[in-house]
Formats: sequence, structure tokens, C-alpha cells
Amino acid sequence: MGFCRNSKKSPWLWGLLMGILFLGIGAFSGQFDVIWRKAVMICMECIGIG
Amino acid sequence: MNKLRLRVQILFTILTNGYAYGFLKGKIYQGPLKYTCVPGLNCYSCPGAVASCPIGALQALLNQQGFHIPFSALGFFFLFGSLLGRFVCGWLCPFGLVQDLLHKIPLFRKRKRLPLHHILKYGKYLVLFLLVCVGSLFLFDGFAKVPAFCKYLCPSGTLLGALPLLSANPLLRSQIGGLFFWKLGILLLILFLSVKVYRPFCQYLCPLGAIYGWFNRFSLLQIHWEKGLCTSCNACERACPLSLSVQEISCSSECIRCGQCVKACPANCLHFTAKGGALQKTEPSKTG
Repeated sequence: MGFCRNSKKSPWLWGLLMGILFLGIGAFSGQFDVIWRKAVMICMECIGIG
Repeated sequence: MNKLRLRVQILFTILTNGYAYGFLKGKIYQGPLKYTCVPGLNCYSCPGAVASCPIGALQALLNQQGFHIPFSALGFFFLFGSLLGRFVCGWLCPFGLVQDLLHKIPLFRKRKRLPLHHILKYGKYLVLFLLVCVGSLFLFDGFAKVPAFCKYLCPSGTLLGALPLLSANPLLRSQIGGLFFWKLGILLLILFLSVKVYRPFCQYLCPLGAIYGWFNRFSLLQIHWEKGLCTSCNACERACPLSLSVQEISCSSECIRCGQCVKACPANCLHFTAKGGALQKTEPSKTG
């Protein structure tokens, strides 16, 4: 009961926990490396050349 | 409140774009902080950027071969969105700061909205769906997928990335073509429009605003309305740069939590709280 009541009263907390969970899954599956590799090269599309 | 918000905006922009060496040499930061994302729209090809852009990160993950659920980008959206909602837009976004400053220029008669606002405000959802998601998944340039939003629309990339990089890097400058002028045209149009209309990019085109708007109803940080104290003077609606009614301010996906309503309320019935919003039905608004 308390679990359900809290999830309705504090949905932000569940959003936060989901965020942390997603970040964990992303880290586990190597997605941060993909982001880093993209972010440390000059993005030609972003600057309107590529 | 105005001065505090401006200070926070400037400080956060400097902090997240503090790699001064990049501006001097026309290069970008390549350190470990780029594993993380900043909350606002901040091109990672800005020479000063010390972290990644969340929309750029989302597209980079969608641009991979095959389909992968972009958990890392979703994680950042849930993290920032659940805590702050569109407070990010109002207080922490560098491109929002640029539009705010331009809107202060005493030229033209100021407008809060464009004509057909009730239709145009859905443009940001269209941009999110078509350019960021569908475009990044299905648009190809040769065999490589294209980050369509960054390539064809993002004015933050042109302003914070292209202009400083191209001005300091002659090699890049020599490769300028039609695409650059297309993006420059979009940037100039948005900047020019920002002088007259309040934050046109945020209101009508920003995919990040569309995402954070979804969190506004239940994020930890809220603007709480004490209905019992309200005298219905509408001072808040007049002060709101987005013309939101008092019923909408506390839950609308358009509210950027700028706090103008809090400052304007003579009865002190609006205030920032960190109690979080509850999922409940809200009264229908008259103004839409």
C-alpha cells in the first residue's frame, strides 16, 4: 500500500530512480563510450560542414 | 529574481563552456568530462564545451548501426527532468540565455507569442520526432546515419560551435559550403526573431524543451500555487513571459520556471518548492 501511495505522491523519485537505472544500463552496455567518441571529435554536421 | 536568474545563467554557461584554450586554438575539449551531458542545449563542438549535449548524445546513440535503446541519453533526461523539469530551460541553458539577452534589446514592440501559437507550439514535438528520432534512425549520408537535428536545424551548434571554431581554424573555414549558410540563415532568423518574440526557439522548436516539458508536472522542483490565498488579480499571467495562466503555471509543459510570476504575485501565493508534483488531474485552462 505504502509503495503505491508513495509512487503517486512522489513520481519524481521514480523518475530519478529510472534515470539512474538507465544510466547504469547505458554504462554497462558501453553507450558512454559512444557518446564520448562523438563528443571529442569536431562534429562536422553540427558546425554545418559535414 | 531576474538578477539571480541572469547570474545563474551566465555562471552556468561559463562553467560548462570554460575550456578557454579551445577558443584560442580552434580546437575542442577531449577530456573525460565529455562522458557526461550538461542539462541544456550546449553543442559539444563548442570549443569551450566541457561536457556533451544531451540531444547530440541521443542522436549519436541512434546513429549506431542497428537499433539500440539509447539508455544513457534517456538516463540523463530522466535524471535532470525528474529533478528540475523545464527549470533547465529557464536557468541552465546557454541558448536560452542568448535569447533572453536579445529580447532585452529595446527594439520593436515585444510579443510573448507568435500568431498561431496554439498550433506552432507543437513544432518542438515534431522536431523531436522527425529530426531527432526518425531522422537519426533512417536518414543516411552514404553508409553513415545522419544526426539530422544537429545537421539541419540546431542553431546552438552554429552559434556556440561553428562560429568560434571557424573563426579560429582556417582549415575548417576552407570547407564551408551551402549547408553552413543554411544553418547560419536559421540561426540569424531565430536570433532576429528573439529580439521581438520571447524565446521563439524554446517555445516552438527545441526538442529538449519538448522532453523536459513532459517532466514539468511531477518534477521535484515546482512552482506551487496556494489557491486559497489567490485574489485572481492576474498579475502573474501579465508577468509571465509565456502568458501562462495561474492554473497552467504549476503544471504546464510550457512553463520554464523563470519565476517572474513568483516575483509579481502581490499575495505571495506562488512560490518555488522542492516537494515534487503529484500525478493528479488539473483544471482545464482557458488560454491554452
